[in-house]
Amino acid sequence: MKNTAFNIVSIRNDFPILNSKVNGKQLVYLDNAATTQTPKVVIDSLVSYYSKINANIHRGAHYLSQKATEAYEQARKKFQKHFNAKSSNEIIFTSGTTHSINLVANGFVNLLKSGDEIIVSHLEHHSNIVPWQMLCEKTGATMRVIPMNEKGELIFSEYEKLLSNKTKVVFVNHVSNALGTINPIKEIIRKAHKFGSAVLIDGAQALPHFKVDVIDLDVDFYVGSAHKLYGPTGVGILYGKEKWLNKIPPYQGGGEMIDEVTFEKTTYAKLPNKFEAGTPNIGGVIASGVAIDYINKIGFENIAKREIELLDYATKKLLEIDEIKIYGNSSNKTSVISFNIGSIHPYDIGSIIDNEGIAVRTGHHCAQPIMDYFNISGTIRISLSFYNTIEEIDSLINSIMVAKKMLS
Amino acid sequence: MTIEEIQNEIISEFDMFNDWIEKYEYIIDLGKSLPVIKTQYKTQENIIRGCQSKVWLYAENIDNKLIFTADSDAIITKGIIAILIRTFSNQSAEEIINAKTDFVEKIGLKEHLSQTRANGLSSMIKQIKLYAVAYSNK
Repeated sequence: MKNTAFNIVSIRNDFPILNSKVNGKQLVYLDNAATTQTPKVVIDSLVSYYSKINANIHRGAHYLSQKATEAYEQARKKFQKHFNAKSSNEIIFTSGTTHSINLVANGFVNLLKSGDEIIVSHLEHHSNIVPWQMLCEKTGATMRVIPMNEKGELIFSEYEKLLSNKTKVVFVNHVSNALGTINPIKEIIRKAHKFGSAVLIDGAQALPHFKVDVIDLDVDFYVGSAHKLYGPTGVGILYGKEKWLNKIPPYQGGGEMIDEVTFEKTTYAKLPNKFEAGTPNIGGVIASGVAIDYINKIGFENIAKREIELLDYATKKLLEIDEIKIYGNSSNKTSVISFNIGSIHPYDIGSIIDNEGIAVRTGHHCAQPIMDYFNISGTIRISLSFYNTIEEIDSLINSIMVAKKMLS
Repeated sequence: MTIEEIQNEIISEFDMFNDWIEKYEYIIDLGKSLPVIKTQYKTQENIIRGCQSKVWLYAENIDNKLIFTADSDAIITKGIIAILIRTFSNQSAEEIINAKTDFVEKIGLKEHLSQTRANGLSSMIKQIKLYAVAYSNK
């Protein structure tokens, strides 16, 4: 593969885990939609934090506390810049995408009433369905679902029909975790705003692939996880427009999120601290900022180019296998391929290729409504990152052929 | 044969294989001889929780011996449950309750199963033992 701006050998050396052996075989890591691997600069940042500046933030007057606070707030600024957010007050650190969604869903409890409607898409991960169902139970609001088509795309004309003055929140993922479909979120947001509805975009599967501009999108809430963005686990991001973040109440009570506390009444801290009760994952947030720097240095254009090449090659090779069926055939998708071979259970193939050192995801991918649509219990999903190679895809194909022969 | 004798027999069968591919092929073969559960027992309540693939397991007591039948939508899972049924079926409830289960480690199976599949295997053994406990109390 020729890509002058892209030195794959040097990039793979940035990720220590990629040299691992699994069951005596070279690891082939194709489960990047579940979590991306961590470059050495990010690992070093975690070590450096705990070795040099570990202290609680915003509290101590001492040197270390100031250093840690500076580094933590610096990371917030990096995310602000990355998302093109107007203010760093609009960036809230959470424990992950799920936490971010729950924070927002919970914030709408007092803003919704019986008769109101919220709109979800058929392509959602369970974590972007269940918190909203809980919200509906609490408020009496009704959930409407944007249907999907055979290619795994949302049917936009049906979405338009669902919108009305009753619509209060629309929540859709930017990219489907199970199929890789890229949803037309800018249009979805624009239409929802015509009816005064807020929009939350679950960007967990989009952030490793594109640079997101929240101003251009005019999105109200955008959420994601650092561990899917080459950062550490345990750090989530919530972007929210300042007007919305001021409107919704705090999610958790505790330290850091208060202004003044008496037994009669507590007044809350200003943004962003209002939503960051307790001691956050300081080292993780700082390392996530380093991950943002790392990925921007590689460049999203280079990443997109590389991932499309890998996706095209893997799709072509997989389609050469007899009886393969790929789910999610949108022309607008990320480097994710979900498939089954004949009537072979995805778990059988997953188990056999695992013995060959190949890491893929099998199952329903926490998106059972999509599996129900296709009337299947699950799929095998490969998800490619820029650090994957053509040789790795060839290893995958060879292992699948071995598995297929054993299982047929 | 006692449960222990059957387990030793299975261990020596698996000892003959040189690599995991041969072991898997044997497991897949064993799955084909699985005593299949009758359709009327393939119900939600006979599904074993904790498996990524679907596993149905049913037991009946015939002349004080427990007879197990099962099915799965995954071939390897079918083979694994077939090994367990060969071991525990046609034994008394008491013998099943008292039986050791470390033979699954000895056949080197667990190291080749993913964590979720290993958990599924543990769930199957647990369910077999629970059936035995239930029948021993009757």
